[in-house]
Amino acid sequence: MKGDINEQALLKGLASNETKAIETLYKDNFGMVQTYILQNNGSYDDARDIFQEAMIALYEKAQSDSFVLTCQIKTYVYSICRRLWLKRLQQLGRYSQPVDNLEETVGVEEEIEDHEKRNAAFAIMDRAMGSLGEPCKSLLEGYYIQKKDMQQLAEMFGYTNADNAKNQKYKCLMRLKKLFFSQYNIGE
Amino acid sequence: MNMDDILLQEAIERYLTNQMPEAERAYFDQLRTKTPEIDQLVVEHAMFQHEMDFYAQRRNFTAQLHHAHANLLQQGKIQDGTEVSTGGKLIQIFHKYKRVTAIAAAVGGFIAMVISGLVVYFSPVNQNQLVQLSKDIEVIKRNQQYQGSLLNEVKSKIPQNAKLISGGTGFLLDTHGYLLTNAHVLKGSGAIVINSKGEEFNADILHIDNLRDLAVLKINDSEYNAPRALPYSIRKSKIELGEEIFTLGYPRNDVVYGEGYLSSRSGFNNDTLTYQLQISANPGNSGGPVFNGQGEIVGVLSTRQAQTEGVAFAVKSGYIYTMLADTKAENISGMEKIKLNQKSSLRGVERKNQITRIENCVFFVKAYSK
Repeated sequence: MKGDINEQALLKGLASNETKAIETLYKDNFGMVQTYILQNNGSYDDARDIFQEAMIALYEKAQSDSFVLTCQIKTYVYSICRRLWLKRLQQLGRYSQPVDNLEETVGVEEEIEDHEKRNAAFAIMDRAMGSLGEPCKSLLEGYYIQKKDMQQLAEMFGYTNADNAKNQKYKCLMRLKKLFFSQYNIGE
Repeated sequence: MNMDDILLQEAIERYLTNQMPEAERAYFDQLRTKTPEIDQLVVEHAMFQHEMDFYAQRRNFTAQLHHAHANLLQQGKIQDGTEVSTGGKLIQIFHKYKRVTAIAAAVGGFIAMVISGLVVYFSPVNQNQLVQLSKDIEVIKRNQQYQGSLLNEVKSKIPQNAKLISGGTGFLLDTHGYLLTNAHVLKGSGAIVINSKGEEFNADILHIDNLRDLAVLKINDSEYNAPRALPYSIRKSKIELGEEIFTLGYPRNDVVYGEGYLSSRSGFNNDTLTYQLQISANPGNSGGPVFNGQGEIVGVLSTRQAQTEGVAFAVKSGYIYTMLADTKAENISGMEKIKLNQKSSLRGVERKNQITRIENCVFFVKAYSK
């Protein structure tokens, strides 16, 4: 089927961070999710949050080689969003009657569970990073997230040479690891 | 911090990222086998490195998503509510308010996402409860379908092409067709209200107070016959713990009665805006009046605790007075005419007779957007 080949290509593009694939997926699926969230007591911001969370879930799934999507991307994204949103509503304890578009859905319990585990791990790292303070936070972000090399970082932060910056980076890294593992072990 | 520690840390990182020359690597391998402490550090760092890679990947992807959103929005390929066709002045105020909250939500959104993930992770997940909920939703979905067909038969007043967004309960504030409900019930641009006999009336959204989660509607329909007097009054002062309360609402198409008691003077997380009630409440009860035994409205049912059965929260009735005073001060037109009934005529009346008299004043509110 042609559709399937297209979808496979999109997922491959998504997994390798191709802007075009990301924008295509965004454009093709966002409206549907937005309508659903707005119909169910949510705001435009809720719609964006939930949709982006589902995109993250899809992206992280697509990273694994063994990942095979057994339904259309559209169905998958809709199902994830629907589940995430119902969960959010339940947490808020809001009561208006949920409306459904009678779109096709698939079971995504496992996906949601995996996603929540990853959210928790992400939150631990994020908190550890947040409580690190400057310049450690920016230095480590520069190295691990923006993937800059030590020479660039030394210039950015005004160290006289790369070795001094490196030294500082390791001091910061050890603090970060301490913060991270103090939380991570609780989570185990 | 020890210099050796730093050197070791650097070595481990180079080892794990395959940046060690052959000879050094062989030496380090040997060191690992001989020194369990170092071996442990390597394993620990591998774990950390894995989490860090994942963290970096997600942060970069999130940035890409934001970028894609902004891009598509600019190209007009997606919408996000920044341009809304505005019907009347009051609707405009509503949208203006919505935008202010949108900014706050955007700031809080990301943090909330992270925290909520964490909360879910650390709190015991009750699988049964989750299953139960989705079942409920199936039922509601079916109800909605049924409701849809019924509405078509009697020619609904919801404009064609409009979509139902949310539903709840509302009650009369006075004899001129002013109704009170929760702000979160009115998600759309217009609303219809249905009385306990199933008659539908058009209503205008006059005022939305997101802070107190209260909203005012006015029935604007020639077919509507207003009652000559309201049986109940709205209480200004607080009520006592343990006081018996009851409510009427529309968790389904038919009006439903529920009773309980006041269990706390403050609401969820010590919120002083609300009372905590012990009462069975369901989706659709939002905006419903909470009465005490004398037939005074003491609160507006608004939320319930998701995890605990039977715990609900109601906005204290005193805030209805505060909201009306605020709208008067701000000169919001159409609101100045509202006169609240000061005396309940339900005192000492048997419950079932109280209900018969109240029933006509409690409406099913359906919000739609065009």
